[in-house]
Amino acid sequence: MLRLEHLVKRFGGLTATDDVSLNFPAGSLSAIIGPNGAGKTTLFNQITGHLVPTSGRIRLENEDITGLKPAAIVRKGIGRAFQIASIFPSMTVREALAAAVTAHRRATFSLGSAFPRRDIADRTDELLGLLGMEDVAERISGQISHGDQKLLDVGLALALEPKVLLLDEPAAGMGPEERWQMMATVQRLWKSANMTLIFIEHDIELVFRTAEVIHVLRYGAVLASGTPDEIRGHPDVIEAYLGRETVEETA
Amino acid sequence: MTRFHPFAHPFARAALLAFAAFCGFLLVGAISPGTWLLDTLTGLFAAGLLVMSLHLLIGYTGLISFGHAAYYASGGYIFGMVLQTPAFVAACGPWSVPLATLLAFCGTGLFALVVGSICARLSEIYFAFLTLAFQMLFVSIIQGLVHYTGGDQGLMGGIPRPAFLGLDLVQVRDRYAFSAFLFVAGVLAVRLITLSSFGASLRMVRDNERRAAFLGVNTYLVKVLAFTAAGSIASLGGVVLAVFTSAAYPEWASWSVSGEAIFMIMLGGLHSFWGPLVGVVAMRIINDLTLLYTTHTEMAKGLAILFVVLVLKRGILDWLADWRKARHAAPSVKEQDHAAP
Repeated sequence: MLRLEHLVKRFGGLTATDDVSLNFPAGSLSAIIGPNGAGKTTLFNQITGHLVPTSGRIRLENEDITGLKPAAIVRKGIGRAFQIASIFPSMTVREALAAAVTAHRRATFSLGSAFPRRDIADRTDELLGLLGMEDVAERISGQISHGDQKLLDVGLALALEPKVLLLDEPAAGMGPEERWQMMATVQRLWKSANMTLIFIEHDIELVFRTAEVIHVLRYGAVLASGTPDEIRGHPDVIEAYLGRETVEETA
Repeated sequence: MTRFHPFAHPFARAALLAFAAFCGFLLVGAISPGTWLLDTLTGLFAAGLLVMSLHLLIGYTGLISFGHAAYYASGGYIFGMVLQTPAFVAACGPWSVPLATLLAFCGTGLFALVVGSICARLSEIYFAFLTLAFQMLFVSIIQGLVHYTGGDQGLMGGIPRPAFLGLDLVQVRDRYAFSAFLFVAGVLAVRLITLSSFGASLRMVRDNERRAAFLGVNTYLVKVLAFTAAGSIASLGGVVLAVFTSAAYPEWASWSVSGEAIFMIMLGGLHSFWGPLVGVVAMRIINDLTLLYTTHTEMAKGLAILFVVLVLKRGILDWLADWRKARHAAPSVKEQDHAAP
């Protein structure tokens, strides 16, 4: 589905992405982990067109999308939720989702019907159900809990019916209970929407329980890739990133 | 989920309300004994069109335009200059006034489209100052083209207004009815835009332009079109003013008119659709009450804005809305200040 080929991104003397080649098969659920500054978000920014790679190729279903503008890449089917929830604070949850669906259905400039158009309203109801956000549907987005804002951000990306969904730390800044709920929801969405999902996460426990495949980044390069079990036992990963104690805890 | 009912549709409701308002204005016109009330209302219609169109930019799109008076004045000038062309009036006869209005609307729209395409490339303070720069340029052009515009003196000599559809705009009541029609039509247009899918796009741009762009919205085009629509609707205010004064003056395009429009929006309330109209009426009341005692109206307006900013901390209608919400809802109601900048 999505393939990165020898991706390199340099900022002056700093190599933020160092010859990264990764493959994300259709329908897979992958995690990208790595210490701070490992280049995880930089990698996402290149996939979504916010940054142009110095060299290398990004292919979506074999189509080269390297260097396209973010809006064009969204249209190709790569959706994204942000590390800091990026929402529409003055709109209700329902309005925000309906607005995203409106954009997806290319009704952005439509003056012919009241917002939300009937088919858009129906799709919005569906999304609210999928996200389990019916209870907060009529509340102002800026006033709901942090966890719900993060979920709404995911919902906005989901409104575009993406083939590939990138989530940048979906559970960041949440309490322990909320984190697990969030990941359960993410997993549920992944299954029901039949898409390729890639997420960045710091909580190792969460990653090991959720992801099918884990890619470990360090200094911008891929240190290891594999199933949770493989990564857990990978000597380089233990040495470089997890630390002996963490492994014993999770084992 | 929603049952179909002709007046359940937001557009139908807005149109019905507009029709009712227009009938109400006509009724006032019919029963008003003197001309004072009608002239006052005509002045309010012009100001109302200016602020409601600006509200589309400031309140709904989050674009602070400091140069909105240019489009207001442009409407008056185009209307006046077209009607002062004998060949036009001779050719169009009774259709002169409606056609001149249409030309003012479209011509100003084109003007706003050009300015908007340039300004929308910038954001925040740079956008605001560029709109101001274009306004100043517009004033200079009016003052420079003395032969066509009368320069500093304005468009003098009266604007011919051939009667049409039984309306003779020289008559106070007919002039008032025509102005009421333009006002209601303009406000209805703003209302329909805010209720439409495009209206939702405006709010997306206001709330979080980057996110909107990332959902595939062409935010530049959204801003340009909003600017164009706002300019065209503002031009109707200029037409009302030109009909009223039978002239057009460069002062209409002065920066203080733009500033006062922003002031009225702040005064009435930025977060509700009707807020700016409340601001227009409140401003007029402050102005006229002050004039009963002193000529220092600027001071009274200054005190009013201090009161609104320091005591209410929001416009009149926003304050009322929050106050009502606080009475109905739980004791701790969070402030709803996320809406517009």
